[in-house]
Parts: sequence; structure tokens; C-alpha cells
Amino acid sequence: MTSEQQNRPRIELIDVAKTFQTGDGARAAVRGVSLSIAPGEVFGVIGESGAGKSTLVRMINLLERPSSGRVLVDGVDVAALGAAELRAFRRRTGMIFQHFNLLGSKTVAENVAFPLVLEGRLGPAARRARVAELLDRVGLGEYARRYPAQLSGGQKQRVGIARSLACEPTILLCDEATSALDPETTRQVLDLLAEINAELRLTIVLITHEMDVVRRICDRVAVLDAGLVVETGRVIDLLLRPQSPVTRRMLGSERATLSAPGRHVHLTYRGDAFDRPFLSLIARETDVELQLVSGQFGEIRGERYGQLTLAIQGGRPDEAIARLRSMGVLVEEAGA
Amino acid sequence: MTIAGSNIDVGEIVQATLETLAMLGGSLTLTVILGLPLGVLLFLTERGRLLQQPALQAVLSFVVNTLRALPFIILLILMMPLTRLIVGTSLGVAGAIPPLVAGAAPFFARLVEASLREVDPGVVEAARAMGARPRQIVLGALLPEAMPGLLAAVTVTAIALVSFTAMAGVVGAGGLGDLAVRYGYQRFQTDVMVVTVVLLLAIVQALQAVGDRVVRHFSRS
Repeated sequence: MTSEQQNRPRIELIDVAKTFQTGDGARAAVRGVSLSIAPGEVFGVIGESGAGKSTLVRMINLLERPSSGRVLVDGVDVAALGAAELRAFRRRTGMIFQHFNLLGSKTVAENVAFPLVLEGRLGPAARRARVAELLDRVGLGEYARRYPAQLSGGQKQRVGIARSLACEPTILLCDEATSALDPETTRQVLDLLAEINAELRLTIVLITHEMDVVRRICDRVAVLDAGLVVETGRVIDLLLRPQSPVTRRMLGSERATLSAPGRHVHLTYRGDAFDRPFLSLIARETDVELQLVSGQFGEIRGERYGQLTLAIQGGRPDEAIARLRSMGVLVEEAGA
Repeated sequence: MTIAGSNIDVGEIVQATLETLAMLGGSLTLTVILGLPLGVLLFLTERGRLLQQPALQAVLSFVVNTLRALPFIILLILMMPLTRLIVGTSLGVAGAIPPLVAGAAPFFARLVEASLREVDPGVVEAARAMGARPRQIVLGALLPEAMPGLLAAVTVTAIALVSFTAMAGVVGAGGLGDLAVRYGYQRFQTDVMVVTVVLLLAIVQALQAVGDRVVRHFSRS
């Protein structure tokens, strides 16, 4: 593979829009979205319900045809594909759904075999072997002969994942894949997706309304609101410094309004800043008194971060803030 | 052979029962063969469905509604020339089958359409996302998913056909309905009437019982 091929985006949306004709006129679901998704990336699209995320993801495999704009996958305009080419493209593009969309009349094994039967490339024996391998991968080897109605939600989604991988896709589209699951099951399904992404170098496009899903698994994220991308970037940047009101609302990060005497500042820091005890440092150097008002710590895709709100009293607070900034801590004045 | 003290001729009743079953079997088979694709087509050509063709859908729907609006007894008489053309006679079991099918197939097609509507659209979407052809979607996903509903539709249609065959008896098709009309109604032989009704009831009960059992077998939830 040449470097040019490696750098080329796997999925590129160029000013894509979709308008639905309804009884009472036209309704714009997506109003002109441009995104570029790299090979092997886990890309999240987050938005509240009605933001247009489902429509957006469906335009990638052309379940919805864009009203305008272009969808390029590996440089190929999917809207220009003929019927047979489109079917071949869809086979290489897996999809999983919020409500799993399994065939209730077929067993788990038959569900996973379904795309292989449609494709018609493998004979029955090879198909059985492939299905067994896929079910083992998702940890459902024992469940081959069960029917979907006999499975839990998490197990159904695992079947959905196994089915989506049957034809060795290069892209996996996830439409609210964990929204019908409880938090523990959600975590397990996301771990499985992360594992698949790492092992198969599969490009994953994941739409969700849950920030926690994005935090757990995505590399980059786009925030969709009323059919428009309002913010896009690395997940850690977006989580630590949300720019748009929509993102802040979705993060539930209207910061704590607890108050203590003194000047309130919000600190955001990550990575190396953890290695220095900067709070005691500035307290000593600038004689300020620091009171902790709220805080949280965590790790996003392997990077440590901390967010604190402090009340500063006495000493030389401006110098303290300047000193924090010089150490790579992002400081925002409360109420500013 | 007549049962002593009654008007009941066992031979004639057996004969009539067999005729009714033959009419039922023949017409039900053809009804399913014609009605199933018709129902699938009614469903698929609807706006927003897989093969949306609103104009074709409107035509099919109109034809189906017309056949369903005609009272069956009128259809029986109207169809006579056509029946003679197809099977060579408008009498007997063979003569009854074309009008029975014409009456039941549109009814069955509507039931098929209704069962297909019950199928989760997500399943069709998933199949599309897997690169399925329309034919594969119908045969591999839609029909298997709708199977319990389709089998219930066959049961309901079979039972409707039992009463249609009784009506066909009036215009010379034979069977239990013919017996009931000729002896029970026209000659006031109440005992014959009772026996035919009991036999028709037994057929209906049996069809429903078998139908329920098969539907249960195919239900997975």
C-alpha cells in the first residue's frame, strides 16, 4: 500500500444533505455535512434524537440516497454504483442496529449465515465453519441453535455483530447499537467493538446519543445538531473543551455551581501535568489559599485527564493563574 | 343405503363430503399459488416499500377490491362462461374451482399483505444493508418472518372456502352444500340438513385445529 492510499480517507462525506418529502412539505434531516473518516478509525456521530444521525449513517451505505452532496468510500462515489456493484459494496460494509434486526424465524447460526447465503460464495461446509468461527469470536459458540427470542439484548447484539462481520467488511456502521442495552451490557458490547476494531483494522462509524459511548470507544467525534455538524475533533479535546452549547448539554457539563468564598476557576489538564504537584507548587509560590469545589478524573483512549474547579483566596491569584497556564493547565475563569 | 327411519343416505353423504373436500383442496391450493404472489406484490409495490410502484399498486388494489366486493353467488354466475372456457364445464367439482379461486385469492392476497406489514421493517433494512437482492429479501427474510401470519391466513381462507363451496353447491357444484340445499331446504328433510351442517362444522373445526397447531410450530417468540 502506498502512503497516498494510506492517507486517503476511507469515508468522505462532501456537503451531504437529505430532505424528506412528507405530507406537510419537505423536512431537511441532514443539511450539508462534510466529514472525513480515516481507515481503521472509530468515528462517533453524536446528537440528540432528531438530529439526523440515523439518516447520516444510512447515506454511507445508501440505505438513504443523499438529496445532494457526495459520499465517497475509498474514493468511489457510492451513489454512482450500479445495482450489482452497490450490493457488493454493501456486503463489504457491515451494519448493526439499535433493535438488532435479527430474523426471528431463524436460529442464531442461520442469522449469521444469512449474509453468506446471500453472497453465495461459500458452500455449506465452508459456511458452517465460518459461522462457528464468528460465533466463537463474539462468545456465543454455545448458542448456535437458539432462536433470537431466547437471547438477552446483549446476546442479540453480539449475533448482530457476528452477522455484520460475516463477509469480512472493511467498514462497520453502528446505528445506536447500544441504546437498547443496560450500562453493563453496553460496556461489554463496546469492548467487543473495540477489540474488533483493533484486530481487524475495521473502520467503525458509530452513531449514538450517549456521550459515554463516545468516551469509551471513539477516536474522533462529530456533534450533529439539527442536521448540521456543530463540532468535530478528537474525543478528548471535545470532552475537555466542548465548544458548542449542544455539546455541553450532551456532556451534562454545565459545571458545578457549588460555591465557596473566593475566585472560582476551572482547570483542565491531562497527560504530563499529572506528573507535577502543581497545586501545592502554586500555593507555595504565590501564597494563595486553594479550596477544591468540584473535580473529576479519568482516562480517554489511554490519556489521563483531570478537571477541577477551585476557589482561590488571598495571595497573588493572577500570578497563580499565569503560573498554572505556564505549566500547561487550561484555566478558565468561572462565569467568564 | 339409507339409515332406517330417516332420510339420510350414507353413500350420498360420503360422496358429498368427498366432493366438498376435493373442491376445498383444489381451490385452496390454487388460491395460495395465485394469492401469495399477488399479496407479496400488493405489499412490495406500495409507496415506500422495496419495489414501490404506486400506479401498479393502485391497479392491483382495484382489481382485488372489485373481486372482493362482488357477492360470491354473483361471482359464481358471472364466471360461468369463463369457467367453461378454462375447465370445459361449469358443473361439478371442476366447474366450482375457478369461481372459488377467483373469490378466495383476492381475500387471501389481502391477508398476505397484512401479514407482511406485520414484519419488522428493520429486518428488511438489515437484509438491504447486507446486499440482498429483492428476491432474496422476499424469500429469505419477508416470507419466513411472516410465516405464522401466512399460515393463519391460509387457515382463515380455507374456512372461508368451506362456506364458499357450500354456496357453489347451489349452482350445481355438488358437495355438502348441494345436499343441504336439495334435501334439507327444498324437501324439508331437516335430518339431512343437520348432518351436513355437522359435517361442515367438523371440517371447519379440523382445519382450525390443524392451522393453530402449525402456526404455533412456526412461532418463535
